[in-house]
Formats: sequence, structure tokens, C-alpha cells
Amino acid sequence: MQRKKIDLTPYLLISPALIIFLAVVFLPAINAILMSFQSYDLRRPSRIGFIGLDNYIAIFNDSLFWQSLWKTFLWVTFGVGFQFILGFVLALLLHKKFFGRGFVRSVSLIPWVTPGVLIGLMWRWIYDGNYGVLNDILLKFGIIQEKIPFLAQQATAFPSVILTIIWQGIPFFALMILAGLQGIPTELYDAADVDGANGFQKLVRITIPMLKNTIYVSTLLRIIWVANSVDVIFNMTGGGPAYSTQTLSVYVFNKGNALNLGYASTMSIILTLILLVVAILYFRNIFSSEEE
Amino acid sequence: MKKIKFKLSRIFTIYIPIIIFLIFLLFPFYWTFVTSIKPERELYSGVITYWPKDINFESYKKLFISFNFLKPMTNSLIVAASTTIISLTVSLFAAYAFSRYKFKGKKYLMGIFLTNNMFPTVLLLIPLYAIMRNIGILYTPFALMLSYTTFTIPFSIWLLSGYLRDLPISLEEAAMIDGATRAQAFIKIVFPVLAPCIVATGAYVFMTSWNEYVFAVMFTNEASRTIPVALKNLIGQLGVEWGMLTAGGIITIIPVCIMFFFAQKRLTQGLTAGAVKG
Repeated sequence: MQRKKIDLTPYLLISPALIIFLAVVFLPAINAILMSFQSYDLRRPSRIGFIGLDNYIAIFNDSLFWQSLWKTFLWVTFGVGFQFILGFVLALLLHKKFFGRGFVRSVSLIPWVTPGVLIGLMWRWIYDGNYGVLNDILLKFGIIQEKIPFLAQQATAFPSVILTIIWQGIPFFALMILAGLQGIPTELYDAADVDGANGFQKLVRITIPMLKNTIYVSTLLRIIWVANSVDVIFNMTGGGPAYSTQTLSVYVFNKGNALNLGYASTMSIILTLILLVVAILYFRNIFSSEEE
Repeated sequence: MKKIKFKLSRIFTIYIPIIIFLIFLLFPFYWTFVTSIKPERELYSGVITYWPKDINFESYKKLFISFNFLKPMTNSLIVAASTTIISLTVSLFAAYAFSRYKFKGKKYLMGIFLTNNMFPTVLLLIPLYAIMRNIGILYTPFALMLSYTTFTIPFSIWLLSGYLRDLPISLEEAAMIDGATRAQAFIKIVFPVLAPCIVATGAYVFMTSWNEYVFAVMFTNEASRTIPVALKNLIGQLGVEWGMLTAGGIITIIPVCIMFFFAQKRLTQGLTAGAVKG
């Protein structure tokens, strides 16, 4: 009896990537789970050891954790929400024919390829309370009467960092939605014209339904991305003033920087579990389209 | 009359909104540039000028001479270039397997690579820090190269298998019927067509490694720090050196922009393909 021989080539081809990936992603992820059950503070090396659920209990009682979670929710809702709306408008504009369109399409993507650190620092300079250009513009137009220290006071710091993340994310949505728009057959619009539909009707009845999948996938990706983003906030405010701009990712990063690795790991696991809901939706979409 | 009305409506519905968007999206870069070429006394004079009264490249000079910006630039180049080469090599093999073979567990293996979207950077950051500290590569360029592959390999595989799937298999099959081996068919037929896509993927990997901050700030020290960390370090205890910082910012994004404009077409095709179908 002869068995059918299995061709090992594809497995061999995949193995280098797989080995690296398992070593740098899965191994650390398992390690993070183990660390979450330990007291692992590098400034207190003698106390490193398993402590059961103590970290989880401590986090449950940590009011700063709950506040950061709430901030993350606001950060994602307003950040991604406005990125989407403005990105959608920009995509509709870039889909029209006009002089210099190719150039405009290219340059409007620049914020997307700019390092997060630089984004944070550029906006920090714009928002500056003494020499910031935003204050100067608002004063000149008579919108404000005196300078506002945007990032130094609690009331304005969080909206200011959200505006920055919106700025960063507009190009991504515009890019995705523009590609989606280009895939809609023009006959649909021609038919709607024959039926006498106006621009708004065409948008609601044709454009948005045809873009459903594009919008869905890019929004899910963006939610995960924005929720995980550390560099923009960290370089603008470091999470302050008085933790008013500290999202969960920034909180984890700050704890990690303070070398309390056990506590930081525990919080990052909670963050992962929350984002898992979004990730599962994303995977379902990917796998269902993969089978087609 | 009708023509004028049409033109006016185009100005209000297309040109003016586009200009507003462009001002919003590009003004920060303009401002960064203007700041970088202002002399220090003009920067902190209290009166804000929208174009420098006298242009001066003092900040750039200071950045390279007293801050030694060339060092972090070299570090960034080493890390980004090695990450790109490693990621492209292993990903190309894997992408070829995913797009040209049918095998058991393919879907799950592909799924494993996609899970990387799920892990927050900060989740991997902490244990990677501990691991690298234990095996003694913390603060070396290897620490960054390895940690960047956590997102560059899955991403490259995804992008490259997308490009490969779009290439017709018939040409390779024809070559193999003529007696070429699989490897020969790949090198002679697939590779030349795929080359621009590989370049685009490489450009993206390079850009993300060049731009990365969160891993870089924890895994480097004075000697091995990369550009983003160096930029942040210009914020000292005595305040921020905005002149040098903006000069550094401009230098940082120039290579990224150049690469992006060259790779843009293929890159946007590949990136949007996954989300757009269906």
C-alpha cells in the first residue's frame, strides 16, 4: 500500500517567516500572560515571583485604570469617527476630475507616512501656549481674546490631542475609500441619472452601500490602530496634565517605562481582550472573503 | 451663462474644499519648515512671522555639529535597511507558498500571520524588553530589527501574496512544461514582473521601521538610538530646542517622502486590494 506523498515544499517555504514570527510574537504574548500573574518590578528585583491574581485585583481597584479606559473609548470614538467622516469627504473630492488631481492625491497622503513622534512634536509646537501659531491665528481672527495653553490645561488638552490623531488618520480613510469609489461601476450612476436621482440620493443609495465592505474593514483596522497608538499622545503631553490625556496604551507604556513590567503586562492583556472583539469581527470578514 | 454657473459651482464644490483640506493637512509641515529656517531670536521674539525675516540655517548646523544628528541617522538607516532585507526575504518565500500551493492548514497558517493585527504594541513591548534583556541584545540594533519583524513580516506576506495572486500562473506553467524547474520559473518569469511590487513593499517596511518610536525608545540607549528617539531627546529639562527639533523633523521626512512618492502607485494598489473586494 502506498501512501500519497505530502509535498513539504510549501511548509519549508513558510518556515523561516513562521519561526521568526512565533519567536517574536507568540513567545512574548505567552510571556505577557505569565508576567501578568507575577510581581515583576525591575526596581524591586527581590520580589519578582508569582502572586496569582493580585495584579488583576489591583487594576480592578485602580481608578486611574478606569479613567484611562474611558479616555481610550473617547479617543477611539471621536478620533476614528472624525477620521472616517473627513476621510470620506476627501475621497469624494479626490474622485472628481480637476486640475492637478494626481498631485493633490499624493501630497494629501503625507501625514500618513509621517513618524508619530514628529506628528506629536509638530502639533505640540503649533499648540504652544507662548509661541504657538494656533494661538496667533485665533487671535488674529478674533476667535479668542487671550492665548490658550492648549496642552497645559485639562479642559483643552484631550480635544487637542484628538484633533491631532484625526489629522493623522484622514489620509488612510481617504485612500481606502477612494480605491473603493474607483471600483463602483459607472453604469449604476448612469442608471440613477436616467431615473432622475439627485446627488444625495446617489450617495445614500449607491455609493455608501457599494462601499460597505471597504468602510467596515478600514474602520476595524483603524480602531485597533488608534487604540494602540502611543507615540502621538506620549510626545504631546505624556498623558498629562493630571492624566487627562492618558489612554490605556499610554498608561501601559508609562508603567513599562517605570519598569513595573508585571502591572503593565496585566493591563496590556486587558486591552488585548477588549480589542479582541474588534479583531474577531475583522478576522471573520477576512476569512469569509478568502474562501470565495 | 450656464457655463459660468457651472464653473462657479465647481469652484465651491471642488476647489475651495480641496484647498481647505490641503491647508489643514499640509500646514503643520509648512510650519515645521518655516520654524527650522528662522534665527533663534525671531523664534522667541513674541511676534509670530509667517515667513522668516531673514532665512538662516543655523539650526541645521547646530543639529549636526553640537547634537551629532548623523549618529542616530546612521542607526536608523542600519536598522531600517536590515529589517527590510530580512522581512522581504522570508516573506517572499512564504507569500509564494501561500499563493502558488494548495496544502493542508494553509488557511490557519495564513491566519497566524494575520493575528498580529490583534496584538497591541504595548503587549509585546514589555515581554520583549524582558527577553532581550535576558539574552543580552537589549540596546543593540538587533533588538529593534527583531521587534520590527513582529509587524513587518505579517504585513509583507499579506501584501506580497496579494500581488502574486494577481499574476497569472499560466506563464510559469508554460515555462515548467518547457522543462524549467519551479525555481527557474520564479527567477526568470515571476521575479522581473514582481520586482516593482517587492520594491513597494520594501519601501513600506523601510518607512515603518524608520518611523517607529515605541520599541525604539525602550530598546535603545545613547549609542544605538534612532531618529525618532533622538528627536524626542531634543526636549530637554531646560525646555524644547524648537529650531533644532523642526530641522531634524524636516530631515527625517524627506527620505520617507521620496520613497513614498516612488512606491505610491503599487503600494496603494496592494494596500487597498484587501479591503475593497466584495
